[in-house]
Amino acid sequence: MTPKALFAASAMAALLLALPASAGQLTIGFSQIGSESGWRAAETSVSKQEAAKRQVNLKIADAQQKQENQIKAIRSFIAQNVDAIFLAPVVSTGWDSVLKEAKEAKIPVVLLDRDIDPSGKELYLTAVTSDSVHEGAVAGDWLAKTVGEKACNIVELQGTVGASVAANRKKGFDTAVAKHPNLKVVRSQTGDFTRAKGKEVMESFIKAEGGGKNICAVYAHNDDMMVGAIQAMKEAGLKPGKEILTVSIDAVPDIFKAMAAGEANATVELTPNMAGPALDAIAAFKDKGTVPPKWIQTESKLYTAADDPQKIYDSKKGLGY
Amino acid sequence: MTALLPRRGLAQILALIVILAVDRVVSPQFFDLRLQDGRLFGSLIDVLNRGTPVALLSLGMVLVIATRGIDLSVGAVMAICGAIAASLADSHGLPVVLAAALGAGLLCGLWNGFLVAVLGMQPIVATLILMVAGRGIAQLITEGRIVTFSSPDLVWLGNGSVLGLPVPVVIALGMLILTGAVVRGSALGLLIEATGGNARASELAGVGTRAMILSVYVWCGVCAALAGVIAAADIMGADANNAGLWLELDAILAVVIGGTSLFGGRFSLVLAVLGALIIQTMNTGILLSGYPPEFNLLVKAVVVLAVLLLQSPKFSGLAGIAARLRRTKA
Repeated sequence: MTPKALFAASAMAALLLALPASAGQLTIGFSQIGSESGWRAAETSVSKQEAAKRQVNLKIADAQQKQENQIKAIRSFIAQNVDAIFLAPVVSTGWDSVLKEAKEAKIPVVLLDRDIDPSGKELYLTAVTSDSVHEGAVAGDWLAKTVGEKACNIVELQGTVGASVAANRKKGFDTAVAKHPNLKVVRSQTGDFTRAKGKEVMESFIKAEGGGKNICAVYAHNDDMMVGAIQAMKEAGLKPGKEILTVSIDAVPDIFKAMAAGEANATVELTPNMAGPALDAIAAFKDKGTVPPKWIQTESKLYTAADDPQKIYDSKKGLGY
Repeated sequence: MTALLPRRGLAQILALIVILAVDRVVSPQFFDLRLQDGRLFGSLIDVLNRGTPVALLSLGMVLVIATRGIDLSVGAVMAICGAIAASLADSHGLPVVLAAALGAGLLCGLWNGFLVAVLGMQPIVATLILMVAGRGIAQLITEGRIVTFSSPDLVWLGNGSVLGLPVPVVIALGMLILTGAVVRGSALGLLIEATGGNARASELAGVGTRAMILSVYVWCGVCAALAGVIAAADIMGADANNAGLWLELDAILAVVIGGTSLFGGRFSLVLAVLGALIIQTMNTGILLSGYPPEFNLLVKAVVVLAVLLLQSPKFSGLAGIAARLRRTKA
């Protein structure tokens, strides 16, 4: 985020807080995890935008990665008698007692981005999350459609071993690709979700697969690893995006930059807009009493070079990624 | 055999040869080299290039460990200096960028050295402070994002080549020669070893142990800064969350594999760098092997254990007895 944008965003937030809550206006407390990643920062700024669009007074509490801070924030929201509470839970357990307090105060709770322990299902109204198995499947389907009938050797850059997102994105992709016998994942290693590791692992894949000649496509569990892999391919004299197809997940601004330069082919968006659907669900619940489904799945949208990547890059880069 | 070859360094050289041989088995093209756009291209070059950050860290770490200290903050210092370099790269020239980043590393080293040498804190605790706080400082500099840059000068530091060799490798080699010339070309190395061997006795004998300890932490900070700049230049961006993460442990491991005792005293710069190369040869081999990533850490642990057993005098004693028993039976 540029200092100017930061200033504008904080000025907007200050303005929002300063506005007196009018009669019909909803006040919602949002306990955000923190800002551990660019995506998280983007989620916070998109939440502010979505709230402003609907003239909702959104109070954001940054928990700095600590559950006790989130519990404190929820208690303070209950004390302020807000209309609803949004919670992006840092861990999946230990929420029962504080969510019971919210339930007793008749304040609906909506989970954003992550789910919590199944024992607490009746304690929240709905959860707005992305389906990471589906994300992997969207990536796999795109590749199968693009490659067509010809044989294609795929190399895969996995996320951190043991992370559920990595396991799910692998599962979804594998299932989609398994339907096409001409597609084969020949190598799969972890790049720990980072650029540096993505680059290092791709360098070794290129050497192991005849200087990259045997590789037809790269699938990375996140865009950051793909950005590293693209550098490795370029340094090896290969042409990513043309000789080697790329597909990754997240849709961070830098992958659109690569796409605009013709060096990346596709990305599946993990939308930072979790608050939008949550706000709509709360509005319908408050106005008409419509009870939303327990799980609202966000759209896993596919972006390719046909979607004017430069424009998307410009619109996304100010969000804090 | 031990009588014919120098005792010191034998275990490390043997270990490197064995791991290289295993790499050749799992990946037949391991030793292939070719020229690609004026730079050498092949797995061996990858080993050298990817091993550079840990090799640089181990150059500073080995001196710190020789004084009976330890520096846990090097990974965080890498993140800070990489973040500084990336933030300045597109608005300032390379000399300014390097001066700022290396200056920050020097300050970090001075801080650690001050806590250990002047305030007398235990090194593991003193450097833990910067290990934790440093990553936070780096995140503040980058505002939690990956700061990218396109300055060709800084990119060259990570991806350029000199006479076919990657620039990072040339820098690491230069630093090894420079450090070696300073500590072994003078009595400095001996004084560092004396400080680590017995600080009190050295103090009484007139060695300025405080100055020694302070200066090794400063040097360690500068080496970490250089590693951080190279890591950022490599990916054309500073990733404060991940740059140098856990690399302090690899650097300590490299020093230990290089035969320097954590109890201080005698040290070897060349063997520490060799230790870093052993670690990277193993890492690259694992990546080339095609084993599922769940095995990475297990394979690494087994190899490290084997290398350390090779160095253990008690273990070679046991092996000798076993060999003699077998011979008498036959």
